[in-house]
Amino acid sequence: MRYNFDFASLQEYWPEFLRGALMTLEMTVIACVLGLVIGVFCAIGRRGKRKWLATLCGAYVEIVRNTPYLIQIFFIFFGLASAGLKLPIFAAAVLTMVFNVGAYTAEIVRAGMDTIHPGQIEAAEALGLSTPQIYWDVILRPSLERVYPSLSGQFVLMMLSSSVTSQISAEELTGVANSVQSESFRSFETFIVVAVLYFAMAMLLKFAFHLFGQAIFPRRRRLGTPL
Amino acid sequence: MSAVVKLHDIHKSFGSVEVLKGVSFEIEKGEVVAIIGRSGSGKSTALRCINRLETIQSGTLEVCGHRVDDQSLDLRALRQDVGMVFQSYNLFPHLTVEQNITLAPRRVKGVPNREARALALESLQRVGLAEKIDAYPEQLSGGQQQRVAIARSLAMQPKVMLFDEVTSALDPQLTGEVLRVMETLARGGMTMAVVTHEMAFARRVANRVIFMHQGKVWETGPGDMLADPKTAELRDFISNGL
Repeated sequence: MRYNFDFASLQEYWPEFLRGALMTLEMTVIACVLGLVIGVFCAIGRRGKRKWLATLCGAYVEIVRNTPYLIQIFFIFFGLASAGLKLPIFAAAVLTMVFNVGAYTAEIVRAGMDTIHPGQIEAAEALGLSTPQIYWDVILRPSLERVYPSLSGQFVLMMLSSSVTSQISAEELTGVANSVQSESFRSFETFIVVAVLYFAMAMLLKFAFHLFGQAIFPRRRRLGTPL
Repeated sequence: MSAVVKLHDIHKSFGSVEVLKGVSFEIEKGEVVAIIGRSGSGKSTALRCINRLETIQSGTLEVCGHRVDDQSLDLRALRQDVGMVFQSYNLFPHLTVEQNITLAPRRVKGVPNREARALALESLQRVGLAEKIDAYPEQLSGGQQQRVAIARSLAMQPKVMLFDEVTSALDPQLTGEVLRVMETLARGGMTMAVVTHEMAFARRVANRVIFMHQGKVWETGPGDMLADPKTAELRDFISNGL
């Protein structure tokens, strides 16, 4: 097998790659923030006393975790369109990501909450804390500290999965790659470049999560032990 | 002097198992009451009913003027008046000693952050652990953790304190340091209900001892009653327990 690599012809597309990579990151950050919010509320709903809410949250989590992401994207994108709601592609892509990562986050956060010993909650009750205060100070904060490694792993995975949104023509990194390779006819080189970019972004994201974790979990920073 | 804790004919079941079968007793202001009895005698349950960690099925229960048996009870007001310390300490592992102590004062009483540290220090001095203010619970021994738990309760300035087998998880040496703190509190006039297996502590510190058996108050009297039990069950309990 002989193949002459020609990366030089991709040089003019650098601004495109960069734009795609930035859009991927932008989509990921929005999806992770909103996904975390949805995940936390969904986890609380699943643990709560209201049966219908627990069922609803459970159904959402199970449906998302047991169907392909690509199908979810088509379902949301074309589903919304046929319902008359025409979203810009960027918004639709982010929406599918939020919808997807929210369910995975919910399950991770719920697992974290399940590790909180009932005695912790009793102690907080005995101190007169209200239910929302208990959820925030005694359940959620230590839960998030405990599941932070899985959570950040899930978010990195989401960044990589966002490449699937190129299927609804989102102009993120994979979408850019598709147009670049069809223009330049250097498919192999293009996808090598894109793979390297994704890898670099994943590393960057991992490092960012590490720094963020150090900032928001002072106990871990000081003791270095898992909670 | 009026009673600050009044239980009258309390019944409590878990499912079909009746754990409290008509429990009545009172605790006066400043009094230290030790509640003893075998596992399963209902002593911890009785204690947990006082700050409504358990709800009762029937009977009347009044604590510091709060009708605990009333559905419309202001739970948070009750719990500001009643402190509780648990067997398993239940310190919040992700918070420093200072944060453990000041969490409830800040959240419930609105103590400003700048005053919180002084409050934590003051509570810690009462349990002799001022130097541990910035430690995390996992850096402390069991005895120290329990003393911090006591300080955490004290910081809410409760009128009554409940102790639920607080030394059961500790070895004898650490038990001693926790009991000394409790004794100091008792001498300082704190109203205390102490569920315990420490007979020596009950005899020496408690103004009154309540022996529970099969979900009932079986025998009650001053600390000396342990030396001279009237019922066969208490005699049996003491001879097997010591």
